[in-house]
Amino acid sequence: MAKLILRNKEFEVKAGMTLLAALKKVNLIPESVIATRAGEMVLEDEILKDGDVIKLIAVISGG
Amino acid sequence: MRQHKLALCKDHYLEWVPEQVERFIKKYEMFTREEKILVAVSGGKDSLALWDILTRLGYQADGMYIGLGIDGGIGYSDESHRLTEEFARKHNLKLHVVDMAQEYGLPIPVLAEVSHRGKGKPCAVCGLAKRHEMNRIARDLGYDVLVTGHNLDDEAAVLFGNTLIWEGEYLLRQGPVLPARDGLARKVKPLCRFYEREMAAYSIARGIEYIYEECPFAEGSQSIYYKELLNQLETARPGAKLTFYLRFLEARKNGNLFVEKSAAAAHLHACPKCGQPTSTDDFCSFCRLIEKTTVSAGGLPGERGN
Repeated sequence: MAKLILRNKEFEVKAGMTLLAALKKVNLIPESVIATRAGEMVLEDEILKDGDVIKLIAVISGG
Repeated sequence: MRQHKLALCKDHYLEWVPEQVERFIKKYEMFTREEKILVAVSGGKDSLALWDILTRLGYQADGMYIGLGIDGGIGYSDESHRLTEEFARKHNLKLHVVDMAQEYGLPIPVLAEVSHRGKGKPCAVCGLAKRHEMNRIARDLGYDVLVTGHNLDDEAAVLFGNTLIWEGEYLLRQGPVLPARDGLARKVKPLCRFYEREMAAYSIARGIEYIYEECPFAEGSQSIYYKELLNQLETARPGAKLTFYLRFLEARKNGNLFVEKSAAAAHLHACPKCGQPTSTDDFCSFCRLIEKTTVSAGGLPGERGN
């Protein structure tokens, strides 16, 4: 399994799918976040590996 | 960057962004290297990235931070102020700071509460106060231009909101450059063609420390709702946000935003083939379509060779 973390929420997804597919799977809008692993950006077509911990950074701001 | 059909490594991305900013500064005639620039900095990704880029490009850019006095249980204003000061110190840049409570006696949330403006949210008062103070400082300190970090998502969300209710006057005013007039400083938006996500990526890749937390009052705001809608569209149709904004700018520039007069004046005449009205000089579009398909199919059904 791989883990996606957005602020105080955590989502578990199956390893072997792309980041884009994983975001869609947990109903997150891919355009609204940037994914990082150990501080380095992860691209949407990257395949998630077992044990991956992906930190998602929300990019939408405004009021 | 699916909207550009472009993929870059980190180093090239960090070169590409300033190059594009420079291109847009020139294209929209925003300012020159001889002019004094005031950058409105909030401690967020866009404004800090913009300040970083302008400095890298060699512009004379000072910063201005407005202390809004918003806490929201996370010390929002204190933290954004700290990050802005830290950025200025690290890069040896000049930063002007205006604290709303010190200057006017009340922080923004209280100012909104006592003035009963904004339906329980301080966003309208906050926007008004920021516009007022940015212009005051730019004018009083003799800056030639006020620069803000509005990105394409900001602009597309405003455009979307104004289009939904056909705010003609606002639509005609929106653009990368608002010229100086009647005591208002020139305002420009060099990031107006970058996606919000691109600016976040730039800040992260450059190691810029910015405030990740959203303003506590922004939750549930209309602009964020519109941004989310547009991002759903973008996910399904890469480039949709960029096209929406660029086609708007093009239509505005060419005077095609509201075309009622010219549409009414368009001359219609009878198609020489079918007699139905058409605005083209020759056959109507339908007859041209039939003619084209007939030629490729080798004649009309009754005309084909036996």
